[in-house]
Amino acid sequence: MEFSANAPVLFVLAGIIIAAVLAQSVFFLVKAWRRAREIGMDMGRLKKTARTAAIFTIAPAVAIVISVMTLSKDLGVALPWLRLSVVGSLSYETVAATNAESAMGLVFGRVTALTAGQYVTIAWVMTISILVGIWLVPLISRRILNGMITLENRDRKWAETFSNALFIGMIAAFLGYVFCDVSTVFEGSAAGLIPVCVMLVSAVVMALAGLAAGKTKKRWISDYALPVSLVAGMIAAIQITAWLN
Amino acid sequence: MKDYRGYMDSVHRSGTVWNLSVMVLMLLFPLSVGIIYGVVPDGHGLLMGLVATMPMYWAVGVIETVTYVPMLGAGGSYLSFVTGNISNLKLPCALNALEQAEVRANSEEGELVSTIAIAVSSIVTTLIIVLGVILIVPLTPILEAPVLAPAFAQLLPALFGALGVVFISKQWKIAVAPVILMLVLFIAVPALNAGTVGIMVPVSVLFTLAVSRILYKKGLLN
Repeated sequence: MEFSANAPVLFVLAGIIIAAVLAQSVFFLVKAWRRAREIGMDMGRLKKTARTAAIFTIAPAVAIVISVMTLSKDLGVALPWLRLSVVGSLSYETVAATNAESAMGLVFGRVTALTAGQYVTIAWVMTISILVGIWLVPLISRRILNGMITLENRDRKWAETFSNALFIGMIAAFLGYVFCDVSTVFEGSAAGLIPVCVMLVSAVVMALAGLAAGKTKKRWISDYALPVSLVAGMIAAIQITAWLN
Repeated sequence: MKDYRGYMDSVHRSGTVWNLSVMVLMLLFPLSVGIIYGVVPDGHGLLMGLVATMPMYWAVGVIETVTYVPMLGAGGSYLSFVTGNISNLKLPCALNALEQAEVRANSEEGELVSTIAIAVSSIVTTLIIVLGVILIVPLTPILEAPVLAPAFAQLLPALFGALGVVFISKQWKIAVAPVILMLVLFIAVPALNAGTVGIMVPVSVLFTLAVSRILYKKGLLN
């Protein structure tokens, strides 16, 4: 059979795996939803949580579609579709594909047509390299989360602080990343300030939404504040980049 | 009705079955393509590709798992480590949901809210990517238009600017030191950039935990 990186059979294989992952998401959604009803949680509130999560997801998911387009130039559509729907991210997959291609004498971004052997080699490298989290979570998550429950039972106040510290530590790292190119200002380029300005716009929109929600007592404002701030920051990025680049 | 531990046990049992099944399915993709086209992987390419990629990815994967599992909860972890895009999508989504629902992350309600938010986000992401793949020909010139490129390039600053306001304003005492440390490190060390931010997350988390513990012990967090 003649090979093409966009052969229908590759879409069928990728589609089966993605359908399984979709089924896993539905399974956990139904399981958590039933449990929430069982313990008497406010189901109206949970519906709003689900709606906000869905709306918030749209912009980052479109960014993932763009990543599929980027990788598809070398690898066809089926493999990037699979890799970015299951575990992967653009940065991981690009590095894995680049390493596999260069090991076979190819240059990422300049591949016109892969042979079946090259395609399979790249797919193996991308798959094996990314697998660790999938099998490690079943191995260690029970122990880690039982530790969190024990902590909660022993000292509730410290457990809450511990949780907040985890979240803030993660956010602090990404806020640091926003400033990573700021020093380019001393070399005469303002481009390093673009992410900082975008971050400030989104932060201001979020703060204003918080104030508006507090003043008006309208809860829907805070429900949608994050997706709105995200999109506001992204739209502002277009103009800010035009000014500073 | 099961108690909380009973429910968590059932999440771990089903999560283990799902994750290991998906792992086998993932390995079947390159295997099946090889069988269908009658080819084997290029031995040198496979070995060198894995040597260049795997040690770093597995090390980061172990660190990410240990760091993110306590934040994502049980159901959220099993799902997130299968569907990916954790720091740029699943975790912010869960954080926002916990904040909106006004529940504690370590409580049963927190576990359920986090799982529901991550499951919905995973379903929506999968469906949007399917739509993108079906419409890839007409969508490519639109989504790859130079005018839109800056918007998607700045997704993380826009996301963490908004999240930062919420969490730092509420917990500013424990946020000040890690934010200053990360700003100084990312500005002063050229090697720290988009590619290495994942490695800095556990560093920042450990530092924040240490600062929090000191402040807590000194009674400064009341």
